[in-house]
Amino acid sequence: MKTGAKILVEGLLRQGVTTIFGYPGGVVLPIYDELYDSPLQHILVRHEQAAAHAADGYARASGKTGVCIATSGPGACNLVTGIATAYMDSIPVVALTGQVPTALLGNDAFQESDITGITLPITKHSYLVKRAEDIDQVVKEAFHIAGTGRQGPVLIDLPKDVVTNPAPDPTPLTEVSLRGYSPTFKGNLRQIEKALSMIADAKRPVIYAGGGVIASDASAELLLFAEAAGIPVTTTLMAIGAIPCDHPLNLGMLGMHGTRYANYAVTECDLLIAIGARFDDRVTGRLQSFAPNAQIIHIDIDPAEIGKNKPVDLPIVGDSRQVLTCILDRITTRKAREGWMEKIAHWKTVHPMSIPDDGVLRPQQVIKTLSDLLDGHGIIVSEVGQNQMWTAQHFCFRHPRRWITSGGLGTMGYGLPAAMGAHFARPDLPVFDIAGDGSIQMNIQEFGTVVQYDIPVKVVILNNMYLGMVRQWQELFYDRRYSYTELPSVDFVGIAAAYGIDGIRVDSPDQVREALTAAIETKGPFVLDFRIEREENVFPMVPAGAAINEMIGGQQK
Amino acid sequence: MKVHTLSVLVENRAGVLSRVAGMFSRRGFNIESLAVGTCELPEMSRITITVLGDDAEIEQVKKQLNKLIDVIKVSDITYREHIQRELALIKVAANPGSTRAEVMQIADIFRAQIIDVGTRTLVLQVIGAPNKIDALEKLLRQYGIKELVRTGTVAVLRGAKTTAGE
Repeated sequence: MKTGAKILVEGLLRQGVTTIFGYPGGVVLPIYDELYDSPLQHILVRHEQAAAHAADGYARASGKTGVCIATSGPGACNLVTGIATAYMDSIPVVALTGQVPTALLGNDAFQESDITGITLPITKHSYLVKRAEDIDQVVKEAFHIAGTGRQGPVLIDLPKDVVTNPAPDPTPLTEVSLRGYSPTFKGNLRQIEKALSMIADAKRPVIYAGGGVIASDASAELLLFAEAAGIPVTTTLMAIGAIPCDHPLNLGMLGMHGTRYANYAVTECDLLIAIGARFDDRVTGRLQSFAPNAQIIHIDIDPAEIGKNKPVDLPIVGDSRQVLTCILDRITTRKAREGWMEKIAHWKTVHPMSIPDDGVLRPQQVIKTLSDLLDGHGIIVSEVGQNQMWTAQHFCFRHPRRWITSGGLGTMGYGLPAAMGAHFARPDLPVFDIAGDGSIQMNIQEFGTVVQYDIPVKVVILNNMYLGMVRQWQELFYDRRYSYTELPSVDFVGIAAAYGIDGIRVDSPDQVREALTAAIETKGPFVLDFRIEREENVFPMVPAGAAINEMIGGQQK
Repeated sequence: MKVHTLSVLVENRAGVLSRVAGMFSRRGFNIESLAVGTCELPEMSRITITVLGDDAEIEQVKKQLNKLIDVIKVSDITYREHIQRELALIKVAANPGSTRAEVMQIADIFRAQIIDVGTRTLVLQVIGAPNKIDALEKLLRQYGIKELVRTGTVAVLRGAKTTAGE
């Protein structure tokens, strides 16, 4: 017999968990007591939201399931934004929460909240464990559900008596079988054959790759497929890095802040091959005008995504990597599509993603310089807003799982804690958090965690003293009425110093390279406060409700 | 738009109903009726849901239901030979000497049973397809319906076939 807490910790270890992110409290004391002399590394964050984001960042960088833990009530509630972030981007996370003892459930006890109820719409599944003897099986199921099929967060709510009560020793890991859950991994062969003939017939095909390509580690297969079939690839925000940025077939990101050439190519294509993507509104713009002349093949592991937003001509339900492998085994002739590739090459020449070189400190220049200095080496995490879009547009990613960002939920404050998580997943790689002055202040308390564990994350603040993306919309669509988007200047280098972190403030463009080099060469954490052009906008841009080829900005200069 | 009848096999566990109902409200689907109870299979329940929507919406409903871990099987029996029944208890004003006889006559026509007799009310129990209950309700309204309780539709395939066994 062992206590529930011991069974829980042993279960985590058996799942291969090495690091968890959390914050202790009353009802999780028995679990924390078990962690005290466990080989599990526990990272003490400064706010539970950061624990959830760190687990999420860990998962994205490693491909493994991230784990966070919080106490009942406020602790559990503080995880909510992080769980929702992971849910929207299909990231495998197991969230452990303490709960009041079973005898007090529903009594409005101290620090009680119905966290399984609260998180019902933002978890793939959840458990309220009522008996210590169930913990072993629940942990196995939770990791199975979080990490397979369309991945996502799973919450386990653990009342205090359940983790203190004794139960029989846990059983060894066995394959979990759930009668209500059996994802389809292999694509239907007849559908794949049809896809091959559609690809062979297409004159102007485009691949539209999404986060599912990253999740299923299908980047290598994607590239082989694109090359074998001679098809250009555009990626969503989530799939950046699935194809090397400087590959001739790469069109960059599509959608609201995508490249002009990606959006033009999708608008004019006659075959759109969506792989692990979900036709999100930020990608499609006005749906009726999205790929209006194309037949659509949609490969996705989640059948519910097929036809959800846009009717599809040929669905293939399955894991991106398995389906692509199957296609690669069968693809024969590469068709010359010279007219199409020439057209795309022309758009690329006429509408490049250029950065003005005019002696003004521009954020794009900071990103571009960092990209050149790191040369594809390192993990780039972003906050949300302009900083995120500039990075997506101007950083050259060459590998998957090196770009970590909150896409679906768009969570400000995500970057710094996610960067901490990414570091523990890949301590061999430098980690940068690209931030704005708004979003960094949403979880700036995590400087405390960074210092405590000497996490060598470099924080690049693109400081325009605005909530920049909202200000941009106010400038463009609300007659420059900057309603509550201006922020006072903050001495970020001073804040960093107070925590014991070195930093530099940068005011002119000729200091950019030197400052970034200093950050890269620093062993520990570092903060860079770039005072950028205040009213710089993210262009090109598709206004809300417009078709994606109706872009403003970013024209030929 | 058409009312579809879904027979959904689920784990008989705490919270399953809120997962199912929550999915409907969250995604903006309209439940017409929902009936849940244990079934012939151990540790499982069967939920019968009638839902209004066009084909694309119903397709999404089915796929989203299937995504729930506790949902074992979703069967859309709308276009298959099946029987639908609903039970309603209707407490209706029926004063002796005035309307009571008329109410009893209507009950008789609808093959509703009178299961409680009060000094000024009768309680009718009626079983039938939802439109039959609608019709009875409409007829009784003029006498004054004091309370109306409906179970929601349950449905079963005709013949030897079962939704769980295919």
